[in-house]
Formats: sequence, C-alpha cells, structure tokens
Amino acid sequence: MPRIQPDEVRTIAALARLRLSEAEIERMTHELDAILEYIDTVKNLDTGDTEPMTHAVPFDCPLREDEPKPSLSVDDALRNAPRRRDAFFEVPRIVPGTGEGA
Amino acid sequence: MASPKVAGASIAELADGVRARKWKARELVESYLDRIHRLDGRLGCYLLVDADGARRRAAEVDATVAAGRDPGLLAGVPIGLKDIFVTRGLETTAGSKILRGFVPPYESTVSARLAAAGAIALGKLNMDEFAMGSSNENSAFKPVRNPWDLERVPGGSSGGSAAAVAASLCAGSLGTDTGGSIRQPASLCGVAGMKPTYGRVSRYGVIAFASSLDHPGPFGRTVEDVATLLEVIAGHDAYDATSIPSPVGRYRQACAAGLGGMRVGVPQEYFQSGMDPEVEAAVRGAIDAIARAGAKLVPVSLPHTQYAVATYYLVCTAEASSNLARYDGVRYGHRTVEASSLEELYSKTRGEGFGAEPKRRIVLGTYVLRSGYYEAYYGKALRVRRKIADDFRAVFDKCDVLATPTSPTAAFKLGERNADPLQMYLADIYTVAPALAGVPALSQCCGFTKNNLPIGLQLIGPPLGEEAVFRVAGAYQRGTDWHKRLPEDPS
Repeated sequence: MPRIQPDEVRTIAALARLRLSEAEIERMTHELDAILEYIDTVKNLDTGDTEPMTHAVPFDCPLREDEPKPSLSVDDALRNAPRRRDAFFEVPRIVPGTGEGA
Repeated sequence: MASPKVAGASIAELADGVRARKWKARELVESYLDRIHRLDGRLGCYLLVDADGARRRAAEVDATVAAGRDPGLLAGVPIGLKDIFVTRGLETTAGSKILRGFVPPYESTVSARLAAAGAIALGKLNMDEFAMGSSNENSAFKPVRNPWDLERVPGGSSGGSAAAVAASLCAGSLGTDTGGSIRQPASLCGVAGMKPTYGRVSRYGVIAFASSLDHPGPFGRTVEDVATLLEVIAGHDAYDATSIPSPVGRYRQACAAGLGGMRVGVPQEYFQSGMDPEVEAAVRGAIDAIARAGAKLVPVSLPHTQYAVATYYLVCTAEASSNLARYDGVRYGHRTVEASSLEELYSKTRGEGFGAEPKRRIVLGTYVLRSGYYEAYYGKALRVRRKIADDFRAVFDKCDVLATPTSPTAAFKLGERNADPLQMYLADIYTVAPALAGVPALSQCCGFTKNNLPIGLQLIGPPLGEEAVFRVAGAYQRGTDWHKRLPEDPS
C-alpha cells in the first residue's frame, strides 16, 4: 500500500504555500512514496531515552547588550523588493476595506 | 617580470610571486579571465564573472605591493565563490530562478575575510539550486561538466567550485557542505576540499539550506591550499550565534608535521557492498600508504552508519522547508505577475520560482514536521542523529582520524541518476554522517580509475580536530603526485 496519496501531497503543498500542477503532484507522490519507504528504516532503530540532538556542537545561546548599531538603510533594505511604496513592501490587500486596492 | 603559469599553480606560489614582484596581481587576474573566457563555455563553472571588479581589486593589491606594504596571506590570489555567498553589489542567486536579479546589500563574513587577506574574487560559481543535489544538474541555469570527462557530472552541490579549481579557472574556491556538497564534488573532480567543524567557519551571509548542517569551507588543488584558505576564513564571528570562539589552528604547519604516533581508524561500515571495486582498491591503497608513512591503523566500527542517509534527509528537508519559507515574492527575488490575495501571491510565486528538487524537499520537510507526524519522523531523526554523533565520539577515543572513501563511485554521467531522486541521495552515503555529527572531514585525490576519473579519500577528525586531519592529509600527499595531474583543457 502506498505511503502517501496525491490528496495528501496537495494538502501539504497548500500548507507550504507552494502551487503545484497536477502533473507535479502525480510525479511527486510517486517519488515521495519511494523516499518515505527508505526513510522509514529509521523507525526500526530503538532510540529509547536518547535525547534529541538539535545542534551539531554544544551550544549556549550567546547574549549581548541591546545597543543600537549601524544597520541597513531603508532604501538598501527595499532595493530588491519587486514592489515597494514609499518606505514599505507592497502586497495585495489583506484586510477588506474601502481604501485604494493593491 | 616573469609571466605567471596559472594552470596547476598553488596558492602559495601565486601569492609569493605577487609579494616578491615576480608578477602582478593584474597579470594573474588576466590569465584566469582568459582561461575562463576560452574554456568555461564548455564547463559551465561560472554563473557570473566580475571582470571589472577583479581588475579593480587587482589594481589595489598591486598598489599595496608597490607601496611596500603586505597585501596579506592571499596576496592577489584569484578565487571563486559558490553563488550561495552573498556579495554586496553582485548578483547572488543560489542557483535558483527565484533569486534571479537579487543584488545583496551586504557581504558574507567569509568573502569579506578572503578579500581582507588580499584574495581577488573572479565571480560566482554554479551550484545545485539552494545547494540541493549531488550532481549540479539541479542548477536552474545550466549544468557544470566534469573537467576530466565532459559527459560526466562534477558532483554537487558545490560542483562549480570543484570543477573551477580542477580546470584552473580559479586558484581556490569556497563552497558549502550540508551533507557532502564540498567533499563529494572534490572527490569527483580530483581536488581537495574540506568541511570544517560545524561553527568553525561563519555562516553569516551564506544563503541558508539546513541551518544545523550548513558548513562553509574551502577547495584547493593541494591540501596546503585548503589549509591556507581555512586559516583565513575560520574563526569566531559575532554575526553567527553558532560560531565557535576558540582560536584558529595552524593548519598549514599541520600539513607538514608528519604522522608520528598517529592512530588512523578504518571503519568497517564504510567498506561494504555497493562500492565500486576501483574506488575500494584506491582507498585501501591510500590507507596502506598512510600506514607506511608512520600511522598505526585501527579497525573501528560506527554502528549507526546505515541510518545516516535517512536521518539526513529527514533533518535537512525539515530545516529547508522552514528556511525556504522566506521566498514569498515580497522582499526580494521573483514575484508572480498576477495575484488577487496574499496567499495566492505566495503560492504562485513559489510554484513558479522553485525548481523540482527544492519543491520536493519543501513538501517532504513540511510532511515530516506536520502535526501528528512530527515525533515519528523529525523527532525520531533528531534522536538517531545523536546516536550517530555518539558513534564518532566513542571512536575518537580509539583513534585520531578516520580514513574512508568519499564517494562510492567515481563521476557518473549526466542524466544517469537525475530521474530517480533516491538514487541521487545515496551518492552521499559516506559524507552525511560526519555532517550530522558536525565533525571536520576532508577529501583529497587518492587515485584514478582506468577511465582516468579521480577517486577521493575522506579523512574525518574529532570536533575541532582539523589539525589532525591536515597532518594525515599532508603526509599522504607528500608520498603521491595525484594532486599534480591536470585535466586537459576542453577544446
């Protein structure tokens, strides 16, 4: 029995905000099924009370004083924006209203 | 003034010549630009060549020398940067259409350190999209070809960085290694490359793929060249919270230090079925040579090796799905033309901008992090990751360095594996475990197949054990001349 169905891929792609064509969903379902079958081998290993490892080396989050320092200018930060307006990134309207639409 | 022969030249040779006024940085730059102009059309190493910037930097280095000052350890040495390092004012794409046209407003720590040491960046090197791949066929722009056989892949994801050094289109280069992306292409292209200890080299300004696994590191023709570049780029960086504060080692000295008293471990799990017989023979021959040079060989076991590839693809896809969420068409990069809502803007932009492999990994990563699946997949992978890291910790009580193959095969043909993602993932079988454990590992050439394709030896050290790795690598290289072989220039 397949480990993953096209509908599940469709749902996950929607969660990831990733539009896929029907052909992509078909192909990916098939590929992910083979990959998941391989990946499932980790389930055979008894990890008992082993602690999860989230960092490759021992890691203490370093702290520093919160002092203002030179940083990117607004213009530099916006320079790569596909669409900007004044000092803002521009996106389609999120909240319904009467003002100017995007 | 002597004219520099750049094909096959070492970094020390080129920098010494600039300091001694045997040649000018400008001449080095022109020689490499000429090679790139003549040869890179066939090889596809560069995504962008910054000829004007390189000439400007060369003039600065030459002025420094003329004024009697030292331009630095890398005086006038032309290098290439994988297109994953952001460069101020120079387009940076990570091999993806979603970042086409992105001109970063800041510079990565490591490229800034190279420049401060006198190196000259010639341009940005081709790579698998977002460093996802083992053949460089996932570049959104063009494949890279292996200089030893143009029908074969250079490995990946830092395929451009490895092939450019092999073909003398730069004297050294930087890449990144998340599961093998420096070592595997170094092996397939016959050059040396090192993934240092996680945190030894800053990730600031390195476009993120899997943050707990991303390791920037150098490529060079010789292990001394790799050591030299690592001395320049390593060290603490306040802009990377995971950066290690301990002092940088003397890697160049270590290359010359000899093997006296060293114990080299040979893990049985790295010599099992699936390995090409020619690869096995060359790697076993190299290990015998290391023993003859004075090391004691120790048979060892890393019992969780068989779980490494599965664990790696769980951890890296989970992290990638999170890191790649930033590409949404709002702040930089591609944006879809027509979208009536914010959600449509995101999903259309991402559907149009990402190639097949990032899409596959975003979906897999989202799947394994999903509510209800998280503990069975991602949580499990983090526990197995610790088991794999514990294997290394235990084994380094018994030996100083491990010696293994880098890749189970020499370079494969373009198109041979890219229809089957799982087959491609298995190309990383010997390189993913050191990445998961964060330990330093180097690949260097240890022979050629009968078809004249390079074979790589992988040397793995304990955390911050780069010097031990360089001791073995330097001693092995002194007894061989594999690193002196050059591929013919493509016609």
